[in-house]
Amino acid sequence: MVMLAETTDIQDRSIRAARVTQGLALALAVAGLASIGSGATGVSLFDMLDGLSAREALILWDIRLPRLAMGALVGAALAVSGALMQGLFRNPLADPGIVGVGAGAGLGAVLAIVLGGLLPATLGAWIGPQLVPFAAFLGGWAATIALYRLASRGGSVSVATMLLAGIALGALAGAVTGVLVYMADDRQLRDLTFWGMGSLAGASWAKIAASLPLIVPVLALSPLLARGLNALALGEAQARHIGIDTERLKRITILGVAASAGASVAIAGGIGFIGIVVPHLLRLATGPDHRFLLPNAALLGASLLVLADIFARTLLAPAELPIGIVTALVGAPVFLWILLQRRGIGGL
Amino acid sequence: MLEIGDLCVALAGRQVLHSISLTAQQGQITAIVGPNGSGKTTLLRAMTGDAPFHGHARLNGLDVAQAKLWQLATIRAVLAQATQLAFPFTVTEVVRLGLQSSEVDAQTDLPARALAMVGLASYGNRAFQDLSGGEQQRAHLARVLLQVWQPVGPNGPRWLFLDEPVSSLDIGHQLMVMGIARRFADAGGGVVAVMHDLNLTAMFADQMALLHNGRLAAMGSPHQVMTDGTLSTAYGCPVRVNAAPDHGPWLVPQAMPA
Repeated sequence: MVMLAETTDIQDRSIRAARVTQGLALALAVAGLASIGSGATGVSLFDMLDGLSAREALILWDIRLPRLAMGALVGAALAVSGALMQGLFRNPLADPGIVGVGAGAGLGAVLAIVLGGLLPATLGAWIGPQLVPFAAFLGGWAATIALYRLASRGGSVSVATMLLAGIALGALAGAVTGVLVYMADDRQLRDLTFWGMGSLAGASWAKIAASLPLIVPVLALSPLLARGLNALALGEAQARHIGIDTERLKRITILGVAASAGASVAIAGGIGFIGIVVPHLLRLATGPDHRFLLPNAALLGASLLVLADIFARTLLAPAELPIGIVTALVGAPVFLWILLQRRGIGGL
Repeated sequence: MLEIGDLCVALAGRQVLHSISLTAQQGQITAIVGPNGSGKTTLLRAMTGDAPFHGHARLNGLDVAQAKLWQLATIRAVLAQATQLAFPFTVTEVVRLGLQSSEVDAQTDLPARALAMVGLASYGNRAFQDLSGGEQQRAHLARVLLQVWQPVGPNGPRWLFLDEPVSSLDIGHQLMVMGIARRFADAGGGVVAVMHDLNLTAMFADQMALLHNGRLAAMGSPHQVMTDGTLSTAYGCPVRVNAAPDHGPWLVPQAMPA
């Protein structure tokens, strides 16, 4: 009887993952409707159901829908970049926001805002609104590569080195960012202030369009990395023995982390801990298999950030709490909890 | 056939292996033995394409240094000395990683059969990290066996490369694992194993390569290689083959009933 129970249990983990996917899709839909129906103007979902007035249409199309879309997009990107980075570093504590990738992306974005005017006009016009997200992607990419080089030796990553190197990289990027802010003129400062709030308050279709080319490919293609990341959990040599080209896997994964984390930093500023909380919750629920983890992380990340955004703008309405504060309030304790658990098993 | 010719390996500027030439045949267990630091694991790592080397290494005619990783993965599996598993996979999930993508079938019972083979039939749903060292080693062996489940494939014999496969096992499981290697070879596959235990080597190996200071000190059947003089020189201590002690309890696996 015991053995029978155990064999059914194993199949449950992949079946359960599929159920979780369905549940999360539903949760995202519900969160989306709740998000559309709440806001500072007090226009509710029911107000919109009986035909849209001109004012309601404006609120829906120019304020609430872009905000919902950007929240979902950024949440999905942050969660997937966290899951990818944890797979790459073989460690559940790796998170782009914590280990300096977000700061590197931020530096790229600030560089683009402050020095973007120096670009030749034709080039500037060509790149246009893509400039800041793309610069953030490059900054995040450089930070991820630097971090991996610093923290890995012979294919194994030291967690302590990773966290400490991440702190140093983040501080360095932050210092250079500070110098740039000091150099910025008034108009740039205004741009920087809006950008750096770590919120979805500045949501617009233009920002969404600028980040889509970086985020959508990562969300769509990351499941292709699942088998390789699963094998990498065994160790780098073991993954190669199974036939995984680990060098290529690492290069692509680093690109994916940088693209998704960089683009989300570029349009929403620094929103922490989604990348660490979401994959951790999913591993508890359906196990660490990246085939389920990556798509489910996109859905749960999107749902959670949309929910956090509803809290952020209704809790102190009409004033608005930066969403980064909400995610940090929930996420930081979870990070500490994981840290304590791992201390128990000597995983550090 | 595994052909190693004039193989040299330097690690961090130090010459670890000096011009090793040997062949290993399918249908046989070839043991690599020698004292600590003699280069056994490095030789295995060169054979599996993990360590850069000069000279040549060909497996079924395939140049190990040039072959694609996926090509090698279809003809040989490697049981390396274990590293820590990064995430809380179950035992079955770890074993399933050995399935090659071409033959992945969600309904297959092969993982369960591989686990049963290494004596872990009821362990499938346990967290891998909760297993003891010896159990983890056997679960990894199940994964490795799954990768080369048929000892002979469409492209010739398949190979098992085992780095100290019995290092953390009790004597019963040592015999079990060596028996698995024996049956794999008897079915037409090739086995190359780094071994510490000379008794088990004498009992199971068809050929043995004795390394000493990065050089091939002797190569041949256990009968040819395991002589007092050869072993005493290589291991740097007086060794007596086939000599019973004068007193005290002692046992060798050869004397155990099959």
